[in-house]
Amino acid sequence: MPRATHRRVMSDAVATAAKATPEPATVSAVDIFIQFLIIGATSFGGGAVAYLRSSLVTKNKWLDDKSFLELFSISQSLPGLNTTNMAILSGDRMRGWPGAVAALTGVVLPGATLMTIAGILYGMHGERPLVTAGLKGVAAAASGLLLATFIQLARKTLRGWLDVVFILIAVIAVNWFHVSVLYALIGIATLATLAYRPRSSNPKPEQQPT
Amino acid sequence: MNQLPSLARVFAYLSLLTVGGGMAAYPEMEDLTVRVHHWLTQDQLVHFYSLGQMAPGPNMNMVAAIGEHVAGITGALVVVLAFYLPTGVFALVIGRLWTKLANWPWRTSIQNGLAPTALGLMLAGLITFGKTAIRLGHAPIAFGVGINWIAVAMAIFVLVMMLRTKINPALLVLACGVIGVFTFRGM
Repeated sequence: MPRATHRRVMSDAVATAAKATPEPATVSAVDIFIQFLIIGATSFGGGAVAYLRSSLVTKNKWLDDKSFLELFSISQSLPGLNTTNMAILSGDRMRGWPGAVAALTGVVLPGATLMTIAGILYGMHGERPLVTAGLKGVAAAASGLLLATFIQLARKTLRGWLDVVFILIAVIAVNWFHVSVLYALIGIATLATLAYRPRSSNPKPEQQPT
Repeated sequence: MNQLPSLARVFAYLSLLTVGGGMAAYPEMEDLTVRVHHWLTQDQLVHFYSLGQMAPGPNMNMVAAIGEHVAGITGALVVVLAFYLPTGVFALVIGRLWTKLANWPWRTSIQNGLAPTALGLMLAGLITFGKTAIRLGHAPIAFGVGINWIAVAMAIFVLVMMLRTKINPALLVLACGVIGVFTFRGM
């Protein structure tokens, strides 16, 4: 493995961070960047969290499963995408803030570059009838794909009728009354958190990742 | 006119709304990019979002395409930084704090409260998205009129394949694009 070389190269840059996070001291920011770059370039079709787990926990053993699940449950309660939040939290856990920067940059770079190129190509050819027809098919498929993601997520996280009520409130507020997503988010999150306020007699299970 | 400050502001704001996934921010994204700033049309936004489903990594990298569309490569760079940096710093700070609060009872309450909120906002985004994705022409769907039933059939096909098989979704999206070239010509 070329890991040792990278570690030598980066050792000065990350020396300070290493003191702050002594946990798995063998991981350098360059290693983290390369692993996340690979994940960012190969995790097609969403579900990057599964790729993260197989890379960080199974293959490289940089994190144990317990830490991974803990970080995943935190990443779900933060604004931002699950994948990027996981990159930041696990990068931070492994190598402090330089690790977080390395992980975030690595995971975003390939897709963002590709989508910039897609934007350029769209500007040149987006108006052609054949392209528009193809994109209609792509959009139809994306609708089905996103609905499948919703159903899979709902199956995993729904805890009862009260959750269904909160979902309906969100849909009615945003789609029917055109309430701003910001206000819907703050309002429903507050309401739902209060509904699930701590009760000593009624502990709720934590969520499981994909 | 220099659009970069508006791009940065809009996408930094949108990133804060992506609780549980990018779809939650979709209705607000449509409102700000189409109706407020006229950067692109409803259909173009759906196209970019759909293309983003084929790209690797986080599926919201499509924001780069919007940035490019509005202000070239600089626009793409500004949008990507605005979309990932502020929430990234927030995640780093709160993530550290959150780890220390492992035994705080309200932590579980907040997580349990955010789960249905995220699901609800995702469904709301999906409805906004779907209304444009499965319509005929450019007029809004009203009372079941103007629905592109072939597109609906394709969406249902993808849904069933996703729930029943382990096929890579990017391949399904690509296949439907190819089918679309032949089916939706002149529609």
